[in-house]
Amino acid sequence: MENYLYIALFAPLLGSLTAALFGARPKTLFTGLWTSGLLAVSWISSILLFLHVYADPSTNVVHVKMMDWISAGNLSIPFGFVVDQVSATMMIVVTTVSTMVHVYAIGYMSHDKGFNRFFSWLSAFVFSMMILVMSDNFAGLFIGWEGVGLCSWGLIGFWYHKQSATWAANEAFIMNRIADLGMLIGIFLIYWNTGTLQYDEAFAAMPNLEHTLLITIGAFLFVGAMGKSAQFPLHTWLADAMEGPTPVSALIHAATMVTAGVYLVIRANPLYDLIPEVGYVIASLGAFVAMFAATMALVNRDIKRIIAYSTLSQLGYMFVAAGLGAYWVALFHLMTHAFFKALLFLGAGNVMHAMDDELDPFKMGGLYKVMKPTAILMILASVALAGIYPFAGFFSKDKILEVAFSGDHYILWGVLWVTAGLTAFYSFRLIMLTFFGDERYKKLGFHPHEAYPYMLWAMAPLAVLAAIAGFFEHAFVDFVTTLLPSYEFHTHHVEMILIAVTSTIAILGIATAVIIYKNGMLHPKWMERPCYKLFTNQYYIPQFYDAVFSKPYKELSIIFWKQIDMKIVDATVDLIANTFFNIGENTRGVQSGNLSIMLRWMALGVTMLLTFGLIFVAAATLLG
Amino acid sequence: MFESIAFYIFSVLTITSFVVVVTTKNALYALSSLAAGMILISGFFFLLNADFLGVVQIVVYTGAVMALYAFGMMFFDTTETLRESHANPRVVFALSGMIAIILVVMLVAPIASTHVSALYPMVEGVGNSEAVGMVLFTKYLIPFEVAAVMLLVAMIGGIVLAGKKMDKSLTTSEQGEVK
Amino acid sequence: MITLNHYLVLSGLLFSIGLVGVIKRKNLLMLFFATEIMLNAVNVGFAAISNHYGDLSGQMFAFFIIAIAASEVAVGLGLLILMYKRKSSVDLDTLTTMKG
Repeated sequence: MENYLYIALFAPLLGSLTAALFGARPKTLFTGLWTSGLLAVSWISSILLFLHVYADPSTNVVHVKMMDWISAGNLSIPFGFVVDQVSATMMIVVTTVSTMVHVYAIGYMSHDKGFNRFFSWLSAFVFSMMILVMSDNFAGLFIGWEGVGLCSWGLIGFWYHKQSATWAANEAFIMNRIADLGMLIGIFLIYWNTGTLQYDEAFAAMPNLEHTLLITIGAFLFVGAMGKSAQFPLHTWLADAMEGPTPVSALIHAATMVTAGVYLVIRANPLYDLIPEVGYVIASLGAFVAMFAATMALVNRDIKRIIAYSTLSQLGYMFVAAGLGAYWVALFHLMTHAFFKALLFLGAGNVMHAMDDELDPFKMGGLYKVMKPTAILMILASVALAGIYPFAGFFSKDKILEVAFSGDHYILWGVLWVTAGLTAFYSFRLIMLTFFGDERYKKLGFHPHEAYPYMLWAMAPLAVLAAIAGFFEHAFVDFVTTLLPSYEFHTHHVEMILIAVTSTIAILGIATAVIIYKNGMLHPKWMERPCYKLFTNQYYIPQFYDAVFSKPYKELSIIFWKQIDMKIVDATVDLIANTFFNIGENTRGVQSGNLSIMLRWMALGVTMLLTFGLIFVAAATLLG
Repeated sequence: MFESIAFYIFSVLTITSFVVVVTTKNALYALSSLAAGMILISGFFFLLNADFLGVVQIVVYTGAVMALYAFGMMFFDTTETLRESHANPRVVFALSGMIAIILVVMLVAPIASTHVSALYPMVEGVGNSEAVGMVLFTKYLIPFEVAAVMLLVAMIGGIVLAGKKMDKSLTTSEQGEVK
Repeated sequence: MITLNHYLVLSGLLFSIGLVGVIKRKNLLMLFFATEIMLNAVNVGFAAISNHYGDLSGQMFAFFIIAIAASEVAVGLGLLILMYKRKSSVDLDTLTTMKG
């Protein structure tokens, strides 16, 4: 079983390294097939491991220690990996979505010059994510954390000739870095107070620490999660990250990287159980983000950004669940969300490809006639996102609302309820504007066509899973709660009412969207309203960050460069060099070849000798 | 008493003439002052009971060496005023002044050494020339002979350096073919 | 009374006068004059010490110095002639071959 662990972990790395060898060459189909094949191997290994752990969760957890990494004094950090219930779930999610995205990308990137480089980065990303979820200590987690940050930088800025892409990549990386500082402080505090970074030992030692210290650790770890999962205020990078190719958005920003923050909170559940107040803050922040992102998605004119904001919103949902202590609910929503969100992104990729990379849904319309399979898949994914029975989103989203209600957090429940309606509305606004209504694209001269068949076949498993994953809820709960704490629901008598209420608002949202957008765009007068402007400009937050953080930092950097670096540091080094140079220049005259000057030097030498002799003799006679 | 008067007169004159040698711009004056200084130095030798040395000084130095220098001056045409430019004249005097001061300070201090004993003590009763001869041809014989050889070498060197048409042999060439 | 120290001080003064000349003079012939002064100063010193200790070694040394000085003048003037033939000047600064 350990061999399967290593295969699952290192197969993507092998694919990445071999693809990297071809990085500078023009496209070779071999790289795409090879990396996808290796990822399929990893996928199968993950499934086997999952089944193995599922068979007997209490004893079949696979735990290996590959080698010692740091062994200095009291500090001992090994490269250890564990496949327990949580890891196995994450592995399945990651490898499934990754394999489908890899196959899809062979078609999507087929006309791109950097084909080989793309697959190298993509497989490297999957490898880092696998390290992140399979590691059994905080140090390994951090390695994976940084690895996915790096690979996401490389992938967002994949088309590096575009200024906007490189800027977005830097923004993503720098924001993640800022959050990583918080996470590092949390990890340091854990080590300092418990003496170990292994999960089991650290969590076992935590109940003995004092409460404020635990709050500090939990808060700092969550700061790290905030960066990765783009919670407010570190959220601006997620929307800008749509500059990368669509398979990247599907893999990273729907299914894997942004869920790393949720994974961290789930993994650290023994800690967060001890500090419910921090959990409540996390939940409130999550609810705020859910509403905040949904409002921005209502009015956006870029199909990928709409889906990105929807990801942000759903991440808020997951954090609400995790913050309120219902960790298995968060994990379940993570899993289902991965499937239908990746499906949405891949569908959007198809639409973009057909429309020559045009992103504005106001320029599309009526594409249903031309792209039936894509449209059907996207409708299926949107219905799952809106949370309609029997698709997967219904089960997971509903559970989260139940969690909020049962803990008597009615305000949270209200916010999430309204957001569910908004979610349904904007998802179907996207569908209606893109696929139905009058065919605006014809006036603009586009000639859309359906995507390659194998790309559609790659999307199919995701669609199937988005449809049926909800029915595995009970099996999932029984499996995962052997490790995670189970959650007590106090809502058994109002369960049916809640389900009805939630479904109502979702259907209402869908109906509203269909009616408004059936005949085309919204009346232009809507766009004059101030709240419309507020939403469209993302509440002016990016401008705020630019003015308050970026500009002063740039000025400070210029000062450091011109005043300190050039005037002080450079001057010092130049001074040392110039001193030697000048000594050489000035003593060159000693060997002038001129007899007169040499005689002078000789006389000087004689003077000095006589002086020393005089002093020496005088001292000898005086001191006896 | 006579000794001290003679010493001071001689020393003042010697120093004056040597200073003239060193500082004058006229080469002829320098030559003349040098010759005068040589003669006065021999006076010192006579004061110090070194009669033979004093005579040798007059004959060799003032006679031969000065004649050589006079011939040199004629050859190099240095009778016009010397034009000398210095970068920093003060350095010269500073250096020399320092050396002079130090030397004087060193030498004014009493050199009272009682452990020095004469290696070749003077013989009583004979004149200085006889004593010099007794030592020169017995104890210093080898340096004497070597000095003789060296003088021969110097003479030949001088002829070779200064002579003209030295590569042609007078005896092996045709009679009267010397051009 | 005139003691050994007087003679030695005189010798030192004459030596430094010669040194000034050696350093100061740019004309090589004048340089040789100054060298002669230095040699003579040393001779006076030797003779004085020899007289003080009653030892003839000093006078012998002075004697040989005179011999050597004579031969040195001969060879030195010969070299000066050669240099004059090549450079038409006995100035010290024309001897400089290094670019400094």
